[in-house]
Amino acid sequence: MSLDASIRLTLGPLDLDMSITVDQGEVVALLGPNGSGKTTLLRAIAGLAPFSSGQVRLDGKVLEDPATHVYVPTERRPIGFVFQDYLLFPHLTVQENVAFGLRSRGVARQVAAERATRWLDRVGLKDYARARPAELSGGQRQRVALARALAPDPRLLLLDEPLAALDATTRADVRRDLKRHLESFEGIRLVVTHDPLEAVALADRLIVMENGHLVQTGTAAEVTEHPRSQYVADLVGVNLLRGEAGNGSVKLASGQVVAAAGAELGEVFVVVHPRAVAVHRTHPEGSPRNVWSGRASSIELMGNRVRVRIDGAVPLVAEVTPAALRELNLVEGSEVWLSFKATDVGVYPA
Amino acid sequence: MRREGVPIIVVLPAAIGAAFFIVPLVGLIVRSPWGDALSALSAPETLEALKLSLIASLSATAVALVLGVPLAWVYARVAFPGRDLLRALTTLPMVLPPVVGGIALFLAFGRSGLLGAWLDNTFGITFPFTTAGVVMAEAFVAMPFLILTVEAGLRSMDRRYEEAARALGANRWRVFMRVTLPLIGPSLFAGAVLCWARALGEFGATITFAGNFPGVTQTMPLAVYLLLETNQEASFILSLVLLLVSLVVLVGLKDRWLGNA
Amino acid sequence: MRNRVVFAFAAFLLTACGSSAGNAPASATPVSGTVSVFAAASLTATFNALGTDFQRGNSGVTTKFNFAGTPTLVTQIEQGAPADVFASADTANMDKLKGDGFTAGTPQVFARNKLEIVVAPGNPKGITRLADLAKPGVIYITEAPTVPAGKYALQALKMAGVTVTPKSLETDVKSVVGKIELGEADAGIVYTTDIRAAGSKVTGVSIPDADNVIATYPIVAVKATTNSPAANAFIAYVLSAAGQAKLQSFGFLSAS
Repeated sequence: MSLDASIRLTLGPLDLDMSITVDQGEVVALLGPNGSGKTTLLRAIAGLAPFSSGQVRLDGKVLEDPATHVYVPTERRPIGFVFQDYLLFPHLTVQENVAFGLRSRGVARQVAAERATRWLDRVGLKDYARARPAELSGGQRQRVALARALAPDPRLLLLDEPLAALDATTRADVRRDLKRHLESFEGIRLVVTHDPLEAVALADRLIVMENGHLVQTGTAAEVTEHPRSQYVADLVGVNLLRGEAGNGSVKLASGQVVAAAGAELGEVFVVVHPRAVAVHRTHPEGSPRNVWSGRASSIELMGNRVRVRIDGAVPLVAEVTPAALRELNLVEGSEVWLSFKATDVGVYPA
Repeated sequence: MRREGVPIIVVLPAAIGAAFFIVPLVGLIVRSPWGDALSALSAPETLEALKLSLIASLSATAVALVLGVPLAWVYARVAFPGRDLLRALTTLPMVLPPVVGGIALFLAFGRSGLLGAWLDNTFGITFPFTTAGVVMAEAFVAMPFLILTVEAGLRSMDRRYEEAARALGANRWRVFMRVTLPLIGPSLFAGAVLCWARALGEFGATITFAGNFPGVTQTMPLAVYLLLETNQEASFILSLVLLLVSLVVLVGLKDRWLGNA
Repeated sequence: MRNRVVFAFAAFLLTACGSSAGNAPASATPVSGTVSVFAAASLTATFNALGTDFQRGNSGVTTKFNFAGTPTLVTQIEQGAPADVFASADTANMDKLKGDGFTAGTPQVFARNKLEIVVAPGNPKGITRLADLAKPGVIYITEAPTVPAGKYALQALKMAGVTVTPKSLETDVKSVVGKIELGEADAGIVYTTDIRAAGSKVTGVSIPDADNVIATYPIVAVKATTNSPAANAFIAYVLSAAGQAKLQSFGFLSAS
């Protein structure tokens, strides 16, 4: 039992071409920057965005296929959708909102009300049954939106940036609750998010998207240890280089050659953690074979570490201590040299 | 915080503009013979005209709702070739002189009109000189107000609520009845009230198409016009009634009209 | 205080001018300016022609006409509309205007009119007399009873012993003729002159004199006139042999 969706569409500047599979039993997060097309993909799966070619199949049944003119309307798909802005009906009470899906599917008023109340209890909002959405806080509204989507017992649960509208303090609590509900849900679960923390916290598997295309898929560990795009690398906070490997060195597109232990043959990614990058004011002596000059373009204090972005032939981010910063007399614009050991990098096929 | 006064270049024209509307109303109130008001208002012809006006204008509003809301929905949601032209045509009665509207109605629905002839021959249905004709004339001039307001409401509502409803399993009818209509409620209400007020005051199209006969087609505005010649003071009182009804309606609507629903 | 004195003096001058010119015959000196004539709707075609002739004979004058149902004109004049001459379709309305103090001099009868039944060209419903108006299937309309023609129509029907409910009470004779022309109604009662004026667009069915009502048309200068020489000149022209001949050519009966 699974969701199989391959979607190809063009929407304005976005060219989307994605194929994903979500099995029952795993929570999958669609992770990507804003504009990557992840919400569009979610809407296409729900039947809210038309696509030019591809197919959406749920539990083996084709829900949409432009080539064969199959289109099951959204309202007849067994889905639950939690929108980014929740979209709770302002003219209905909280309980009526939660019961809406049941009533739409023909459940009698009394039965729907009871089931709605039970769901409200599960999300801890039983006392708010008669309130209007406008009277609730952001976190409360998120819980109502979730209860509303789950009440009709859908097969497929789609969540679009479920925590994005919340402030930082509420987010952590709500995330915990959301994880609990996701785990107890027995259907297929797909979450869209731009926040890697959220993705890692909620999901078993990540699908990383950029510009409408698949970049990488794997568990949180796989993705963070072997990022395959600058986006993920930035999220994880590591330097990512890419080039042609051969005999212990990698030739970058810019022509620079990086010495990397274990670099065999073929197109590879090279990961260099900022911690491994040393910063000097003069050309360093010693064993490191990866040495380049550059200019410190930005210096950011992050807790008890300092991140220095260095522009140059091989632009990298280095991480040093505040003491080191003072010793080196480093300011923005300073001319520096950077170095790292060939053994201090990670290499894996692209 | 320093409070800024309103500049004189604004105050002066604004005051003149206000006076333009207030003075006639004051004139009417001052010149009306309040002593005879009760007898003027309770005269059988007056009551008849009032009753007819209310029935006809409410019926016209009902017609406008039944036909106008779907039309507004089509304008707001469906793109089809010629939509702009059609919308312009159905808005025409707002700018057309009402008498011209009456003539147009006659050419279409009169005894020898395009449709009127067929209706008469097949069903024996005629509209001129009937109360139905009054309803028709009033609906013709007043419906555009409703269509415009409802269309604006539909365009400005957040359509994602409809998507949310669909994702919850609601079919299109249910989405419309349970989500769309309630969300455009204020616009719908404002449109209906404007339509009703316009229908209530309609004169030119009514007298041209439906004629003028007490109890059948003589609405309040027609009665006032004729009374002006026989019993001027009674006509003042009736004019006042019409004016006050419209005023109450507009005051009651003010927030919605300004978009603060 | 000073403004009020000035205003009163000006008003006095105006009324003085108005009343002194009252009933004098047309002066030999040429008249000029505009003369505003408020005339009953049934006088439309005729007075337009009279106006053209009058202007031809008096090159400095422009005639402007306002045609409407007689009671409407009375209301307008009493509310201050700028009229120089008033031509009424009956004596009752003229008496009202005079009694309310808006006339200058004595009104004079300048024409008379008779009623006639107006029907569609060719008389498809076969109306031959007043009683036919009550035939089933005939849509009969008339003027509102406050309009002279409407009043006369009621009189004629009563005298002929005919009871018929009109489908509509129009504001003037021209509206009745208009609806017959359009085909909205089958028959109405208007003046013979209206039927003449409509030409081939309608057909007339005459009413025998015994059942008919004679309408008397008086004309007068309006008290608040701003051009009393021209007003009086026009009135004199209407009453003159040339004017009378013109009126009769349109179907009006002579003044006496």
